[in-house]
Amino acid sequence: MHIPDGFLDAKTVVATAAASAFALKHNMAKVKEELNERELPALGVMAAFIFAAQMVNFPVMAGTSGHLLGAALAAVLVGPYSAGLILTTVLIVQCLFFQDGGLTALGANILNIAVAAPFVAQFVYNAVRKFNFAGSGTAATFLSAWFSVMAAAFLTSAELALSGTVRLGAVLTPMMIVHAVIGIGEGLITCAAVAYVGRVLNLKAKVSMNPDAGGGVN
Amino acid sequence: MKRWGIILVAALIVAAFLSPFASPHPDGLERVAEDLAFSENGQLPAVRFSPMPDYTITVIHSEKVSTALAGIVGTLLTLVFTYGWTRILSKLP
Repeated sequence: MHIPDGFLDAKTVVATAAASAFALKHNMAKVKEELNERELPALGVMAAFIFAAQMVNFPVMAGTSGHLLGAALAAVLVGPYSAGLILTTVLIVQCLFFQDGGLTALGANILNIAVAAPFVAQFVYNAVRKFNFAGSGTAATFLSAWFSVMAAAFLTSAELALSGTVRLGAVLTPMMIVHAVIGIGEGLITCAAVAYVGRVLNLKAKVSMNPDAGGGVN
Repeated sequence: MKRWGIILVAALIVAAFLSPFASPHPDGLERVAEDLAFSENGQLPAVRFSPMPDYTITVIHSEKVSTALAGIVGTLLTLVFTYGWTRILSKLP
């Protein structure tokens, strides 16, 4: 769901860049507090894994594909602040080296995928975990992934409408429908990846254990 | 092998062996942009030059090999950048 150049007007470019810069500054302060030298390679390989996984588009309906965002994957394992910085790095690499996502849309893409999506994922994950039923961890992971995609799709639609590229009434429904399907793929991959990456790196799903710390690899 | 090395190998396997077989169809946003006829707006990138446009290395003619190599390069770049800034962040006073 990377917005290319040309979809956003100047005011939306400036507003989203300012909002994501503000959020990232806050993220960095939070991550700095919880950063432990020994964990740095874990954050690096998680970013690398998300970059690789994002390349693998899967078919969703006739003539349409989707790919992992990884916002919930990262948020569940390392909390939304570290997740935000990991995803920002992925988005910058994609934009600068691979022309995936426009340079002028980088602020918007960061806001949607690296800032909003991990926080929605954390919120949904914690909300579902409260019920504490058998399999609530998996259900929480799946739903956090699905809602994180829907949140990013909603914001993308809103930014396109704000830019006057397309009417909100026209774009919102098709965006939400196609991403509701893509979100199922996101949910399935996230459940598998959280189980695998979490086990190998010895991370517990962090967000619910320590909600006010906002995560961190321990 | 360090535990994180296993994830790096997994990422490289995904980049090298799964990404060349990714669905070539437009993603959700691209599909909606085509259906609602505003995809034309996005044809011109602000910066024309890109080292590996659309996950390809243009000098390599085999599409699958080109995508696989671009995936490996991107995966390693992402690792290096993330490790770099987290290290800098951890050293800051």
